[in-house]
Amino acid sequence: MESLHENKVKLLEEIAGQLRQDVIEMIIEAGSGHPASALGTAEIFAAFYFHILNHDPKKPDWPDRDRFVLSCGHICPVLYAALARAGYFPVDELKTLRKLGSRLQGHPYRKSLPGIETSSGPLGEGLGQAIGMALAAKLDGKKYHTYCIMSDGEQDCGSVWEAVMLAGKFRLSNLTAFIDRNNIQSDGFTEDIMPLESLREKYESFNWHVLEADGHNVEEFVDAISEARAIYEKPTVIIAHTIPGKGVDFMEQDYTWHAGMMNKEQAKKALEELKTLQGKIEISD
Amino acid sequence: MLNQELKFSEKIFSDEIRQEPTRDGFGKGLLALGEENADVVVLSADVAASTRCHWFAEKFPERFFQIGIAEQNLAAVAAGLAVSGKIPFISTYAVFSPGRNWEQIRTMVAYDDSNVKIAGHHTGLLTGPDGGTHQALEDIALMRIMPNMKVIVPCDAIEAEKATIAAVKISGSVYIRLAREKTPVFTGKETPFIPSKAEIFWSSSAKPQVVIIACGPILYNALLAAEELEKEGLVTVVLNNHTIKPLDENKIIEMAKKCGAVVTVEEHNVLGGLGSAVAELLAKKYPVPMEFVGTQDVFGESGKPEELWKKYGLGVKDIKEAVKRVLKRSK
Repeated sequence: MESLHENKVKLLEEIAGQLRQDVIEMIIEAGSGHPASALGTAEIFAAFYFHILNHDPKKPDWPDRDRFVLSCGHICPVLYAALARAGYFPVDELKTLRKLGSRLQGHPYRKSLPGIETSSGPLGEGLGQAIGMALAAKLDGKKYHTYCIMSDGEQDCGSVWEAVMLAGKFRLSNLTAFIDRNNIQSDGFTEDIMPLESLREKYESFNWHVLEADGHNVEEFVDAISEARAIYEKPTVIIAHTIPGKGVDFMEQDYTWHAGMMNKEQAKKALEELKTLQGKIEISD
Repeated sequence: MLNQELKFSEKIFSDEIRQEPTRDGFGKGLLALGEENADVVVLSADVAASTRCHWFAEKFPERFFQIGIAEQNLAAVAAGLAVSGKIPFISTYAVFSPGRNWEQIRTMVAYDDSNVKIAGHHTGLLTGPDGGTHQALEDIALMRIMPNMKVIVPCDAIEAEKATIAAVKISGSVYIRLAREKTPVFTGKETPFIPSKAEIFWSSSAKPQVVIIACGPILYNALLAAEELEKEGLVTVVLNNHTIKPLDENKIIEMAKKCGAVVTVEEHNVLGGLGSAVAELLAKKYPVPMEFVGTQDVFGESGKPEELWKKYGLGVKDIKEAVKRVLKRSK
């Protein structure tokens, strides 16, 4: 991974803005979807697909590519937008999301679309699969790195902790997980549904290296990834703090937008807001 | 009479017949695969010894992964290895895999048709004294309703070894059903085993009146029943239907036409297993009277396997009675 220059930071922020617009347009066209976390992770997806990952959109099956596992499959509109913008498939195809015959299934289907590493949607399954990929890299002496993004609500799943325990046991330093810590899930705020804190201490006690970062600050997030890559004795998890619905005022911090549907008026307002933010998403400190 | 062309054990109907559990055949199959295919890896959930994959683990420690008592993660890690070019076998008791991790197998293995081989152990009443919690009587049903999943039920240790080796040659997801208790090893090394090809184990030159379609170690009881029935003047065919999915449809239809009546025999709930698969086929293609030998929608309990088979209607006597019942209906 090359170092991040000021111009690149600006470019990644612009891409994040584009991904947000794509997400709103896709969900409106589809008639359903999960906008809040897809908007909240736009910088993270921009950073991965346009800076962090060692990948080649023209060769999606390249054996040495880094693996990016989306565990929380419901946020796939932002993944699809990132894949299309990176060149995995035509941008035009984004508007087919959730429609009959589309390669862009409502939740990701590995066999239908290039760039999708795992089928997902049922929660709590990505980290275990990422462990399998990391173990295969070790068996084959390959240098690729495996990343896995999980939601915070997903940490309710027992299977997540089965995987957390196993990665700690195998000391998988070629695996980096990150959690989209936006504090919301389907039925409410995470700490009301099932208290997760202290996430940091939980992961540390399972033999993980734990970092925290502002998920909207590209530089900070990329720095955290660099640090994770430098840890050689254990896996790393980055708790990425994000604002659900980021960039669209009426959605921010409101859990009802986890899977809420906009009307035409709201969508128009959202797109206008996002366009005025183009290139100047605020960098929090 | 026995179809001698299939080269069965010479001691097939002798008290001295060798006894070995199908799980041992699985363990031997894994060892052979370990030698011949560097991509084969094995994962277990704290039951490596009792599912006989400890032999593989001892010989190929770098390719064995102990996942702990975590069957959901067992399926997930295997799926991740499979998409990275490995051929993983996951090995634990069937009540837990595919019982506990059914959705994980559905999404990560079957949906993607991943190259994961699932060994379900301790199936049927043969699990014996461990009792109802551990006797999987529903696993064939759970697995055969998943698109892409292939389902194989070997009848003895030799066939289990062949099925394990054959599973690697089948692309995509495969379920192999295994048992804990020692059972007669009545097939031979040269007895043919081709996935999805049912074999006639017992037939007669006289016109048969009933075809007994069986799978798993209880197939041996079907052969004993056929032998006794022949002495009583009742002619049957016994079909070893080791592959429940994809089913050997042509052979089953051919036998239904030839005999006009069917008895299915399995160590599984009569709902959803081999009998259901055969009934679904014949209802559509060639309806004939059928009887179903299996557990009758009940759980098992602790006991010796032979006691349980008797109590739950899986004995030689029960198979003979089912043949006589179906014969009455076919006339």
